[in-house]
Amino acid sequence: MKELYGQNGPKQAHFSPYAFNGGTVLAVAGEDFAVVASDTRLSEGFSIHSREAPKTYKLSEKTVLGSCGFHGDVLTLTKVIGARLKMYEHSHNKKMSTTSIAAMLSTMLYYKRFFPYYVYNIIGGIDDEGKGCVFSFDPVGSYEREAYRAGGSASSMLQPLLDNQIGFKNQEGVAVVPLSKEKAVNLVKDVFISAAERDIYTGDAIIVKVITKDGVTSEQFPLRKD
Amino acid sequence: MEAFDSVHARPAPFWRNGPQPGGLYNFSNNSTTSRNTSESQRSAYPVVTGTSVLGLKFNGGVIIAADMLGSYGSLARFRNISRLNRVNDSTVIGCGGDYADYQFLKSVIEQRVIDEECLDDGFGFTPKSMFSWLTRVLYNRRSKFNPLWNVYVVAGLQDEEPFLGYIDKIGVAYESPSISSGFGSHIALPILREEMEKNPNMNEKDATELIQRCMKLLYYRDARSLNKYQYAVITKAGAKIHGPIVPESNWEIAHLIQGYE
Repeated sequence: MKELYGQNGPKQAHFSPYAFNGGTVLAVAGEDFAVVASDTRLSEGFSIHSREAPKTYKLSEKTVLGSCGFHGDVLTLTKVIGARLKMYEHSHNKKMSTTSIAAMLSTMLYYKRFFPYYVYNIIGGIDDEGKGCVFSFDPVGSYEREAYRAGGSASSMLQPLLDNQIGFKNQEGVAVVPLSKEKAVNLVKDVFISAAERDIYTGDAIIVKVITKDGVTSEQFPLRKD
Repeated sequence: MEAFDSVHARPAPFWRNGPQPGGLYNFSNNSTTSRNTSESQRSAYPVVTGTSVLGLKFNGGVIIAADMLGSYGSLARFRNISRLNRVNDSTVIGCGGDYADYQFLKSVIEQRVIDEECLDDGFGFTPKSMFSWLTRVLYNRRSKFNPLWNVYVVAGLQDEEPFLGYIDKIGVAYESPSISSGFGSHIALPILREEMEKNPNMNEKDATELIQRCMKLLYYRDARSLNKYQYAVITKAGAKIHGPIVPESNWEIAHLIQGYE
């Protein structure tokens, strides 16, 4: 405030090419499905820009990307991914598979290693064998295939919950049962409700996208708006 | 570097691409020591600035408003400048931040509008295309560390649907039914949001009155604002910029506010 509205004439306001716009993304893989979810809040500092800005991006009938961090980079990255997917489709006459999209995203992120996209990405989808898959990335392109992963501002709150409830970590004598679609969706809602209680950058609503062999369905649920 | 050498008449190097007498040899493609000093024309900070821009969707259209002050720091330097630009019948953009950068981009946009007009193919800027284009321009400039120090609010009507979008100097962009930049996002935006929640289907008159109330409030509370503003309404009847409006103000209770000196 003092810099912008100071009394001593124009002041040097140093330029930062990044902002942190918050948001949380989450993906869970099941046997033959995947769930990708995000909240819809877009913030900057203590201000809320928008309450209706989903961070899930449907890339194909088999792949959904969750992407948050610096919104300018998110917009650019998703736009470039969209163009690359179209180019691939036109030159190979087929859609890019989920695993290939993940490999491509990794190289796209590493290409900007020394002026990175400040973006946390998680891909969820169906792989070539028809199994559910999740790929998680760091902002400079390191990636791995996992069963479940949370990313973004509330990731450190969601991840231990998922470790416990999906990975059955830190439990004794627990029956390891395969995850059903219904349980996955309900768990996703619950962990986001908890995150919205504690993280000011997560809230307003969640978008849950469920990917099966039949395509992508989308549901929205309200979260606290304060 | 050529020009630099001729001006300062440095002694000739020992061999081609070699070091000057007293200089160090530069290994090819690895010049970390010599910085090019002639490329430092960048806006590292804003100079003459405009404050908030307000925007609001209503039933069948959009309204945006901006006051007419160009501040030079705390000095109210220019008191009659327009920060709204009517691009065409369906698109208006409002601008906050550095006024010189705005004038530059405005001239670019005006030329592009003329170029489109010359093609005479019935196509031109739409609010969405303007929004998308501005997003790319501002993001690419920030990526070159040479930003246009502005916030843009794009308002318009496309396929009979109201459009309202926000873009800042680093390429953060979004659409929203109510938008405010700068100080207005603290003072006016909560009011816009509250009124929209109470009355989601506002008509043009309600929206205009609400925007006028917010502009007056900003004049009272924002020290870098002016009691002279323009507002633009975009409906299917076209885009029209109204004003300059000089609202009545009342400072009778101002003397009651004490203790902040």
